[in-house]
Amino acid sequence: MTLLSLNNLTIRRGTCPVVDDVSLTVSAGEFVGLIGPNGAGKTSLLRGALGILPGTGQSSLTALPPLARAKAAAFLPQGRDIAWPVSVETLVALGRSPHGQTDVNHRAVTRALARMGLESYRNRNAMALSGGEQARVLIARALAQEAPLLLADEPVAGLDPEAQIRTMQVFADLAVEGRGVVASIHDLGLAARHCTRLIMLHRGRLVADGPPQDVLNDKALAEVFGIRGFHTVTPDGPVFQPLGVVR
Amino acid sequence: MKSVFPALIFLVTALFAASLLIGPAGLGLMESLRALVGGDGSPVVQVMQEIRLPRAILGLLIGATLGLSGAAMQGYLRNPLAEPGLIGVSSSSALGAVIALQTGVAASFALALPLAALAGAGLSVLLILTLAGPRGGALALILAGIAISALAGALTSMVLNLSPNPFAALEIVYWMMGSLADRSMVHVWLAAPFMLAGMAALMTLGRGLDALTLGEDAAQTMGVNLIRLRWVLILGTAASVGAAVAVAGAVGFVGLVVPHILRPLVGARPSRLLPASALGGAAMLLAADIATRLIAPDRDLKLGVLTAIVGAPFFLHLIWRSRKVEA
Repeated sequence: MTLLSLNNLTIRRGTCPVVDDVSLTVSAGEFVGLIGPNGAGKTSLLRGALGILPGTGQSSLTALPPLARAKAAAFLPQGRDIAWPVSVETLVALGRSPHGQTDVNHRAVTRALARMGLESYRNRNAMALSGGEQARVLIARALAQEAPLLLADEPVAGLDPEAQIRTMQVFADLAVEGRGVVASIHDLGLAARHCTRLIMLHRGRLVADGPPQDVLNDKALAEVFGIRGFHTVTPDGPVFQPLGVVR
Repeated sequence: MKSVFPALIFLVTALFAASLLIGPAGLGLMESLRALVGGDGSPVVQVMQEIRLPRAILGLLIGATLGLSGAAMQGYLRNPLAEPGLIGVSSSSALGAVIALQTGVAASFALALPLAALAGAGLSVLLILTLAGPRGGALALILAGIAISALAGALTSMVLNLSPNPFAALEIVYWMMGSLADRSMVHVWLAAPFMLAGMAALMTLGRGLDALTLGEDAAQTMGVNLIRLRWVLILGTAASVGAAVAVAGAVGFVGLVVPHILRPLVGARPSRLLPASALGGAAMLLAADIATRLIAPDRDLKLGVLTAIVGAPFFLHLIWRSRKVEA
């Protein structure tokens, strides 16, 4: 089942295209890692796909009215905004608001808290948590929305190693359960290890799309990221480690 | 947290009753209550129905308006320092009233002053929507509001400056201090529809303001139409606050302080803070208006002066306390 399809999506900032003629589809069961250097257009692609940024071309999500879109796709923005000192459970329950109610005891809220290991945080003040804990609470909010598709902008940036691996595992589990996840990610090692598919952006263009071991080849890494790395396949799955710069 | 609303409702009811029963005429309790529903035209009936009832109703409505619009404005801008006057409606409404006083139009018929003030508020909304655009962001709204407030303030000063008649200038200065004294049911009938319509509009914003806790991008992807929310916020605030200023003058600090006090009591949720702040604002304004009658019964202490004199140090105290918590 297709959860997202983009057709020739182009987003301009002034005259410069920050997303340049990108077409792709994301199906149920996929955990797609969106990779590319700073300024490659990852955030703009996600925001354009959701209709937050205006662009040309089609996105299956922008065709929907706002509430239907909120039920089709949840979005975790890069900026970790929490404006008011609400409790963790209240904040996570906001994810239920497209469904018409924000009951803190809803099963989806409990499930989301459990997935992110936040059960004991329920009644804590969300603004008083550390940056990494806030990031996990905000991921839990997006999970509580229980949309078929999750778009996450750098979800694991700033998390400790355990939380990073747990989060990637949660996203992989969602894919196994038949949902779809698209996450922009800078840690190529985590992307190689957990994603089912990688999409590489370079200067707004989609330059590679496929299984991690194919996308993370030496030539693309040198041209797009300017790095070289070590990769191998272990019993734990594919491993990638950047080693040095090449330019 | 659950007991906040019953407590606030009780407080507002008690203060509303007190506002009806306290005054220089020194009427008895039963006598006053009977006079409220009576119709025999006696002096007591006139005092109750023509003086105290409109004053209490206006205190209730204006306080609720200021508290509610303050909470909505803070929720939209995600900033606890926002207040209803921020978009320039209060100062523009005041300018309209000042012009009416200065030109003598205010003396020509009873509603000339509030109507001129409403016109000022309406003009400021047109201006802010042109300047900040219906699609603009929060920053454009704040900047446009500051510019309009500054312009309206300057024009008000100019009217005072060029006033040939010192008595008119004095009247203007007193009017701008804000007061509920000597208002009639005519004022209620004029202002109440705007205030009630504006408040009804603002009360619909709860879900959107809750979602905005997570930022504009997240709110949009949770199905909130930010453009619509912004329109409703501006129009609702303009209608209710414009009408409030039109009949009572500028009463400061209620819209800033009340949401701030009540936020921790409702778990900081914007959707709960809206009704709580409406009740809290009503309680605060009724209490302040009663205080003006008790502190200096024969000196006509102005309501706006009192709210600022009590509100500002109280606000400083809150800042002092939160500074200690953060440190």
